[in-house]
Amino acid sequence: MKVIVCVKQIPDPSVPGELVGPAHTLQREGVTLVLDPGDEFGVEAGLALAESQGGEVVLVSMGPERGADALRKGLAMGAAKGILVSDPGLAGADALTTATVLAAAIRREGFDCVITATESTDGYSGVIPQMLAALLEVPAVTFAKSISLQDSTMRVKRQTESGTEDAVVNLPCIVSVTAGVNEPRYPTLKGILGAKSKPIETCTAESLGVALTGSTQQVADVTPIAARGAGEIITDDGSAAAKIVEFLTTVKVL
Amino acid sequence: MNFDLTSTQEDLRGLARSFADEVVAPKAADYDVSGDFPYDIVAKMGDLGFFGLPFPEEVGGVGGDFLSYCLVLEELARADASVAITLEAAVSLGITPIVRFGSEEQRAKWLPDLLAGKRLWAFGLTEPGAGSDAYGTATRARHEGDEWVINGRKAFITNAGTDISAGVTITAVTGETGGKREISTIAIERGTPGYSQAPKYRKLGWHASDTRELIFDDVHVPYSNVIGVEGKGYKQFLGTLEGGRVAIAALAVGVAQACLDESVAYSANRTQFGHPIASYQTTQMKLADMATQIELARLMTWKAASIIDVGRQPGKYASMAKLHASEVATACANQAVQIHGGFGFMEEAPVARYYRDVKINEIGEGTSEIQRLLIAREILAPRGIRVEPNGPQGNGEKRT
Repeated sequence: MKVIVCVKQIPDPSVPGELVGPAHTLQREGVTLVLDPGDEFGVEAGLALAESQGGEVVLVSMGPERGADALRKGLAMGAAKGILVSDPGLAGADALTTATVLAAAIRREGFDCVITATESTDGYSGVIPQMLAALLEVPAVTFAKSISLQDSTMRVKRQTESGTEDAVVNLPCIVSVTAGVNEPRYPTLKGILGAKSKPIETCTAESLGVALTGSTQQVADVTPIAARGAGEIITDDGSAAAKIVEFLTTVKVL
Repeated sequence: MNFDLTSTQEDLRGLARSFADEVVAPKAADYDVSGDFPYDIVAKMGDLGFFGLPFPEEVGGVGGDFLSYCLVLEELARADASVAITLEAAVSLGITPIVRFGSEEQRAKWLPDLLAGKRLWAFGLTEPGAGSDAYGTATRARHEGDEWVINGRKAFITNAGTDISAGVTITAVTGETGGKREISTIAIERGTPGYSQAPKYRKLGWHASDTRELIFDDVHVPYSNVIGVEGKGYKQFLGTLEGGRVAIAALAVGVAQACLDESVAYSANRTQFGHPIASYQTTQMKLADMATQIELARLMTWKAASIIDVGRQPGKYASMAKLHASEVATACANQAVQIHGGFGFMEEAPVARYYRDVKINEIGEGTSEIQRLLIAREILAPRGIRVEPNGPQGNGEKRT
């Protein structure tokens, strides 16, 4: 089977970022770029699927040329090849444009299953998986906590606000995976050395037959979240335990 | 000249860094206290290919370069020097002689498990009476029929006594020509009758590393267990040790970096006289000196490693790297404890462990004194001045 895993290169999230430009996008110049940590779960899920069924993982990414670095990490983990859509016209692209371009690359490559993270760690729109599903005309199962495949039927445990939901879907389909779905493997040293010789195909929007029509979505404004207030101190007058339990219940810890 | 690492070297270091932070570091303090051998970590390092890193693919290695191996050692040592020395001794001392000098049969028999980290191989050079004076080895191997009969003892041997230790390559006197002793290197598999090991030493540092004395009492091994050329053992292990020195330099740099990292973090948080102690020049000067010395030690290590990677013997550069890096590391550990004050003297402070772990780098795989001697020998050779450990009145016994 062929598993496509969508990955993204983002500014290192362990370093405080800066928003720039009218579209309020993260500063990408002069910062360390890494494979989105959330994507490692997708790569692991893809590799596990391909290993259990026989097949290969192809990584698809959109971004500047140096986005190839992010692909290389996935290749070191075991993916067979990478496709990088790189086009100056795509700088600052909105979610729908991104999804359109990714869908075109995925359709051209062919697929049995597409795996994505639930959202990117830099943009957080969280709509790409569903848009891809619509554009590729296949079902999407989002927020997977676990996935298993038998014949061409995939069973997915979905994380929801109130619990888990068991979904069954036929291939081809799109699955977005949560960070808890697996424990991403370390690339082996041989994998790292071998990643250099694995193919990374670079293409443009035009070569994929996508006409760029401009963004349909604009980020009008961004405001920082309010600084966290001081904690509440409960003095024990005999009811402290009950108050703490009540608090933990409201924040859904209990 | 360009000091940037290649993207592959960066990636290998990145993996080693993640592995060190996520797998090795969380257990380092516990292993230091228990003194247990870190079998779980060794197994994971084996799965990832760490033991095969600097060896060519033709012999089953990963095909990485020596500099990458040094980068990995530095990262591991930053988290736990015991884990780093376990890898270093297995690779530089255990596997390297078999790769460099072993026969096809020997390679086929031992390398697959060693390169996969499933088994460990040790190197037995030092003896109770032969440390820096390695030529003074008292262990004897007698040729009898198609066997060697070995008698002697080896001291301070790393990786020989774990549950996954497979054997040891020892140096032994195998003959004498013209008044000169001939030394050969011979492989002895663990479990051979007459081969026994003493309990683990109680050491100042490197608690989780396995170090023992080995005893050989009429040990019979096949004649074909000679590694390399009979009688050329001395020359062979001198070559082996050069690479090992560079690896120890990398290990020392790792511990030194850990000392600096802990000191920066601690001094930025520790408040005295109303301000973090990092805001005082007394601390700042210490940190600046540590950072500068570490960078110099790293640079020298990389240079020596690069010489190995272009196929030359690093010679004095290996000695310089080990000498400088090990002395810098000890100095950094000393300052790190000083910056931590009383807390640094407590065993729960990581720097207390670094302080204990670091000293051995000035001793193992050639003392600082021997490194200085080797450097002096190389720079004085053009002047015709002979540099011997026992001075100009030395007995002149040719030792190299």
